[in-house]
Amino acid sequence: MRRTQASLQPLPSEITPPERYFNRRDVITALAAAGAVGTGIPRNVLAAPLKATRNPRFSLNEDINSFEDITSYNNFYEFGTDKADPAQRAGRFKPQPWSMVVAGECAKPGTYTLEDILKPHALEERIYRLRCVEAWSMVIPWVGFPLGALLQRFEPNSKARYVAFKTVLRPDEMPGQRFPVLDWPYVEGLRIDEAMHPLALLAVGLYGQTLPNQNGAPLRLVVPWKYGFKSIKSIVEIRFTERQPATSWNISAPREYGFYANVNPAVDHPRWSQAQERRIGAGLFASKQATLPFNGYAAQVAALYSGLDLRRFY
Amino acid sequence: MNPPARTAKRRFRADKPVVFLLCSLPLLRLVLRAFGVSSLSLGPNPVEALLHGLGLWGLRLLLLTLCVRPATVTLRQPRLMRLRRMLGLWAFTYLALHFLTWLVLDRGLDLSGIAADIVKRPFISVGFAALLLLIPLAVTSTDRWMRRLGRRWHSLHGLVYVAALLGSLHFLWLVKADWREPALYITAYMALMAWRWWKRRPGVGKSPMQPLRQT
Repeated sequence: MRRTQASLQPLPSEITPPERYFNRRDVITALAAAGAVGTGIPRNVLAAPLKATRNPRFSLNEDINSFEDITSYNNFYEFGTDKADPAQRAGRFKPQPWSMVVAGECAKPGTYTLEDILKPHALEERIYRLRCVEAWSMVIPWVGFPLGALLQRFEPNSKARYVAFKTVLRPDEMPGQRFPVLDWPYVEGLRIDEAMHPLALLAVGLYGQTLPNQNGAPLRLVVPWKYGFKSIKSIVEIRFTERQPATSWNISAPREYGFYANVNPAVDHPRWSQAQERRIGAGLFASKQATLPFNGYAAQVAALYSGLDLRRFY
Repeated sequence: MNPPARTAKRRFRADKPVVFLLCSLPLLRLVLRAFGVSSLSLGPNPVEALLHGLGLWGLRLLLLTLCVRPATVTLRQPRLMRLRRMLGLWAFTYLALHFLTWLVLDRGLDLSGIAADIVKRPFISVGFAALLLLIPLAVTSTDRWMRRLGRRWHSLHGLVYVAALLGSLHFLWLVKADWREPALYITAYMALMAWRWWKRRPGVGKSPMQPLRQT
């Protein structure tokens, strides 16, 4: 069993000066000089500790998955379609420097650096369930801040009914993008009220340190009540739109993956059941566990969908 | 080409033991990974790793079984034919273990759920059908059954073509978006079937390889 109890996991207690965080490039250069970059080691060698306080309101009391499991079993098709590919092939990806375009129906569009984006936000740690549409799940200690707090800064106008997200397109650094498994770049979207929900998190780290490349560095979405593919990684664009934006898996197989993609044990994937899930790290002989409506977050989010036919809007 | 001379001296040939060992290697590796021998492991999702490992090798070996006759004819190496039964039985072994892994470790012997999956999920239905088709072939793979069934043995064992097709579809049907590996197997399957069709086209007399006694 490679899991640890949430309450025993120490938090990084040291204050990390922002220079330290933002100077990951120096670390990278130093490592490159030492020949440590690009060796495909599935370790977060470029990690910098993050200062974050655990937010008990949003944290589960479940066994957290090991750092090893969280960083070596990933669906990040930009690096390959095997679960082990991202950890093995993300070594060349450069998450620094980073900037993000903000566009569409808002008062403050523009290009923002990662530093601009992060500056006003206090980071917090939240322990969330992650439920993949492939019927497995993990429990992950994310570090981030509420997505809504960032979106408010761009002052969306009354036409902003949806938020569209886009992943970076870098086939040189992301070998999976050299074959059109999906229509690159990866795109995702949320309704604005979903995006403003306090559970929607923009993550910059996990286990108290900056995100490993294979987990969506430097900035990714975490929407814990939806299937994992909604939680888009390595975001380079946020666009406020009036119309429902296109989403990658929906483009790829509209019958199988909807725009909403709320975790729902009562609505099966056309090819497999969603009633149960396998908890990663539970071992060869563990049985599956029941999947919960909205991945266990029904009390917080079910009201967002009152009156919506969740069978039709899967 | 003629069948090998019956009078050939019996001497030790390494081909069967070598192929046997080669076929057992993926299984051996999965077992070592399952028991965590010398830092090997099945990774964060061991059930999936075992299930997919067994299924993939079963399908590969099944397709390899279909390669034996084309290889025998094209390379003019009748002795290759001796390996076909062993390859087929190894394929069956992997696929039966694949099914058992699904039954016990993945579905936890939840019989009603298993039955529902077999009926409701087309990719599971075709995989299950493929395995069912292979059972009589494994049972009748002995020399005794070959003699007893005579010509009918060959008709019966034609089911392997159906099973291999269903097995490839089973794989294609379960992937989410990356169809490259299953497409490779389906292409191989179609190429092997095309070869057979070409050899049987009108005007080409009887199959160039007479059925061989497997010793």
